[in-house]
Amino acid sequence: MDVMMRLILAQGMLGLNNGVFYAMLSLGLAVIFGMLNVVNFAHGALYMLGAFVALILSSYLGPWIGLDALHLGFWPALIIAPIVVGCFGMLIERTMLRWLYKFDPIYGLLLTFGIALVLQGLFSNYFNSAGTPYPAQPESLRGVVHLGFMVFPKYRLFAILFSIVVCFLTWFVIERTRLGATLRAGVENPELVQAFGINVPRMITLTFGFGTGLAGLAGVLAAPIYSVSPLMGANIIIVVFAVVVIGGMGSILGAITAGLALGLIEGMTKVFYAPAANTVIFFLMVIVLLIRPAGLFGRQN
Amino acid sequence: MAEPAATTTSEAGEALLSVRDLNAYYGESHVLHGIDFDLRKGEVVTLLGRNGAGRTTTLRAMLGLVDRRSGSVKVRGHEIIDLPTHRIAHLGLLGYCPEERGIFASLSVEENLMLPPTLGEGGMSVEEIYRMFPNLEEVRHRTGMRISGGEQQMLAIARILRTGARLLLLDEITEGLAPVIVKTLGRMIGDLKQRGFTIILVEQNFRFASRLADRHYVIEHGKVVDRIDGTDLENSMERLNRYLSV
Ligand SMILES: Nc1ncnc2c1ncn2[C@@H]1O[C@H](COP(=O)(O)OP(=O)(O)O)[C@@H](O)[C@H]1O
Ligand SMILES: [Mg+2]
Repeated sequence: MDVMMRLILAQGMLGLNNGVFYAMLSLGLAVIFGMLNVVNFAHGALYMLGAFVALILSSYLGPWIGLDALHLGFWPALIIAPIVVGCFGMLIERTMLRWLYKFDPIYGLLLTFGIALVLQGLFSNYFNSAGTPYPAQPESLRGVVHLGFMVFPKYRLFAILFSIVVCFLTWFVIERTRLGATLRAGVENPELVQAFGINVPRMITLTFGFGTGLAGLAGVLAAPIYSVSPLMGANIIIVVFAVVVIGGMGSILGAITAGLALGLIEGMTKVFYAPAANTVIFFLMVIVLLIRPAGLFGRQN
Repeated sequence: MAEPAATTTSEAGEALLSVRDLNAYYGESHVLHGIDFDLRKGEVVTLLGRNGAGRTTTLRAMLGLVDRRSGSVKVRGHEIIDLPTHRIAHLGLLGYCPEERGIFASLSVEENLMLPPTLGEGGMSVEEIYRMFPNLEEVRHRTGMRISGGEQQMLAIARILRTGARLLLLDEITEGLAPVIVKTLGRMIGDLKQRGFTIILVEQNFRFASRLADRHYVIEHGKVVDRIDGTDLENSMERLNRYLSV
């Protein structure tokens, strides 16, 4: 294999690695936007929160409660952190967001933006803004895999596969199951779904909890790769919003596909014209907005 | 009991629904001004009236789909006027078929059919439903918007028969449909009556249900202005036509 080909494949893998995080985050945003018509600006902060929950479980919780030997590692965090973040999300929906549905969607956006700033400020106060390495990467996922064209960290490969499975399952549940049909119906005509005897407000709370839980899950997955920092959410969320716009607001398939594809495109740009790697997604966003304002997978109307 | 309607309730059958002094508002506009009517188990009753009389709003107010309501709605002994919408169908075993049919475009026909949750026992099985509406089985994989108006109407009714609902609220099910289909729907209502369903039909045209209905309530300006027994229909034709003429 020639050098160029190797370089392309290698950057492709790294791009895919970023792409799965874009996909998971924009998927959560799409689920929330589809069901609640709220642009969740707190999504990045909740991703950060997920990473911090993982960090706290491994390094801080034990000392805080006087059990110095207690370190909850990666696998427990992979389950606990999304639940914690999801419950936090449901609390936000129940106590704050719920009262804003009858007003312009801009108020939901402003509220979640405020929550994002509060969370970021809070964590910046207590943790190193430059980032803290996550110490509890599982033993079984250390080391590298030989892919033929490159050696690739085992953990990153796990993160890619795991995220793709999560994205697929989410798509499957929403598009192919009875529960998903109920959600889609609730989006289309909540009144009638209520009249049939379904508790739509509770469904909305759970959906928000699920969407924010996905952000938390992405945060845990990111912790061993990037360092855990109060600003990690703010950095990635701008890109994720561009991904959502390109995929089409509220489109499940659009969010997943655009997330993966744009990660790859970002990687390729590094090969062919590295200076543009950080801006290529925004450039594409502008083009998509001009040609298909509702996004590639959004319903144009 | 002071209300004349309440006396008939004790005559035969078991009072299934009684609506008293039902008032309803959309925002500031006061749409229902004290609706009263009753149904016994197994009866078919129509709510007749001109466009804008308040028939749809009567059904919606029963289900809690208006901005504000007052009065009393008792179904199977439960007062439901203060309950949240999603509990009403369960307590009252209510099945609602809205005027605009409410077929979900993002769902397939089969998903539409399976959407309403089971309320009680004795709902029709999917096989039974497909036997009753063979057309629906043929189009079951299409999305809700890619079927004919008649099929949409059948689907809107079929999906509440699956749930075990015993009291059906059917809003203008014949509106805009070809005479053949209207005839089929008429036969279906007769069939459902035979199976013991209790049915409220909102109609503009009393002819559709004239042979099936036990009673007709005429609604005008958010009030019940007349009540005609099914057996009395022949003698009341002129009166009814006056109410419904435009
Ligand atoms: N969503 C609404 N907001 C405000 N007014 C409404 C609404 N729906 C119906 N109305 C008004 O309530 C009155 C009764 O309407 P409706 O119950 O739909 O009549 P019907 O079903 O007998 O034709 C009409 O004057 C109509 O304009
Ligand atoms: Mg009407």
